[in-house]
Amino acid sequence: MSSTASKLPPLATLGPFIALILACAFFATQSERFLSAQNFALILQQVMVVAVIAIGQTLVILTAGIDLSCGMVMALGGIVMTKMAADYGLSAPVAIACGMAVTMLFGLINGLLVTKIKLPPFIVTLGTLNIAFAATQLYSGAQTITDIPAGMTALGNTFQLGQTAIVWGAVLMLVLYLVTWFALRETAPGRHVYAVGNSPEATRLTGIATDKVLLGVYVLAGLFYGIASVLSVARTGAGDPNAGQTENLDAISAVVLGGTSLFGGRGMILGTLVGALIVGVFRNGLTLMGVSSVYQILVTGILVILAVATDQLSRKGVR
Amino acid sequence: MTNSTYTTNAPLVMQAKGLVKRYGQVTALDGADFELRAGEILAVIGDNGAGKSSLIKALSGATVPDEGEILLDGKRIQFKSPIDARRAGIETVYQDLAVAPAMTIAENLFLGRELRRPGLLGSALRMLDKKKMLEESVARMAELKVGIRSMTQAVETLSGGQRQCVAVARAAAFARHVVIMDEPTAALGVKEGNMVLELIRRVRDKGLPVILISHNMPHVFEIADRIHIARLGKRAAVVNPKKISMSDTVAVMTGAMAASDLPAECLA
Repeated sequence: MSSTASKLPPLATLGPFIALILACAFFATQSERFLSAQNFALILQQVMVVAVIAIGQTLVILTAGIDLSCGMVMALGGIVMTKMAADYGLSAPVAIACGMAVTMLFGLINGLLVTKIKLPPFIVTLGTLNIAFAATQLYSGAQTITDIPAGMTALGNTFQLGQTAIVWGAVLMLVLYLVTWFALRETAPGRHVYAVGNSPEATRLTGIATDKVLLGVYVLAGLFYGIASVLSVARTGAGDPNAGQTENLDAISAVVLGGTSLFGGRGMILGTLVGALIVGVFRNGLTLMGVSSVYQILVTGILVILAVATDQLSRKGVR
Repeated sequence: MTNSTYTTNAPLVMQAKGLVKRYGQVTALDGADFELRAGEILAVIGDNGAGKSSLIKALSGATVPDEGEILLDGKRIQFKSPIDARRAGIETVYQDLAVAPAMTIAENLFLGRELRRPGLLGSALRMLDKKKMLEESVARMAELKVGIRSMTQAVETLSGGQRQCVAVARAAAFARHVVIMDEPTAALGVKEGNMVLELIRRVRDKGLPVILISHNMPHVFEIADRIHIARLGKRAAVVNPKKISMSDTVAVMTGAMAASDLPAECLA
């Protein structure tokens, strides 16, 4: 038992990466445009919003929770920051700060309901998902907000790397992954996130304030959704009340495809990046093949079930 | 029972006097006394409802007694939580394997007490000193002769007994005064249980007094230096396992025999 169990983690970490390579190889045979630097830069631009939401989602799932509200909170943040700029003439940084304050407030509410009233994260975030969606529609009047200062879309600008134009937001996304990777791996609070997801009772008995860890995770998740709001606004150049609807489940898919266990305490943040890229590569590749977006959603659904099933089956050998 | 009957003159490490704990109508502790001496394994036994777990909860900080006092090295202490007790140098090992399964042995040993790197890496970046924690883990486990090779393997790859050894080693590594073990062998098979008993003995030999709560009479008689018998919220007697039979001990525990009926040499 111990020999097979100790061999599992490398497979679990390499699996998503192999899936990504296979997906790329497949689409390369289907479309000659797929394997180009421009197309990869485009994929990065397409996945950056989902990928940043998925960082927050990974933190929550590592604690054995789930955040169904992520995409809708991101959309609300985008509406708040663009309306603050459009209606009150606030400068871009101040307006962005207002939007991020709202997304972090939602994280705080989720966290307080989970830790203080001990409600299941699934139910709490199902509630805040709907609240955030309604708030987005009500506050925006279901109208797209386009009258925004140029500073708000700065992360949508590109720089040249050789022949390829790369969007700054994608660079920020990669930096956020590296910072989170470091914090989860090399610092005590990061290890405590794993410990809480692994065995909350054992963690509490060692003297770690598990409620504070959980609360911190939900608030941090709100912070990442707020950053994703900025990226979303920067990408589309507007506050879109219908943003976040595909991102909501795509972010969860990215985490699961990246090998993080829905049972908590196991997973790697860089796996989530690979998971987000898998989602992005499928969307991009299928579009290049001329497959309709409904089929893309179908494929994402199948991929997620495959990933969860793999997770469940691989844990069976251990427990 | 008077002090003159003690067979050992080792100094008192931990002492409780007249502990009372009521839960509504139920009096769980009814003026319980307790004495732990340096360098001993003191077993605490008692029927269900004898006040055994309330006593241990009071000593480990899990509950606050209504009356009475607890002394550690002669100084009066008041614990509001298990964290207070831990700060005072009292570590508790729980029955249900209080470890994080997917984390490594080294991580579990230092969970909640991680070491940071010296210099800016530690203070500014808050970076963990994984190398030092690994080295210390190897040293601690070697000191206690726990035969586990790699400290970087996940705890879930270990057997139940080995996991409990990790929990005991963690307590022994960080306790400065007392280690409390709450049914440490209850979830284990015979061989694994013996492995943990052997480890508990080594913890004592290292100089840490051990309070062992157990239902397992053969284990208690194999390992304990003295046995504290709890009954009806009080201390019925402290006996010497080398001088008393298991059946007499159980008789006192259940009330079939009064402690005053025991021959004086049985008492400790």
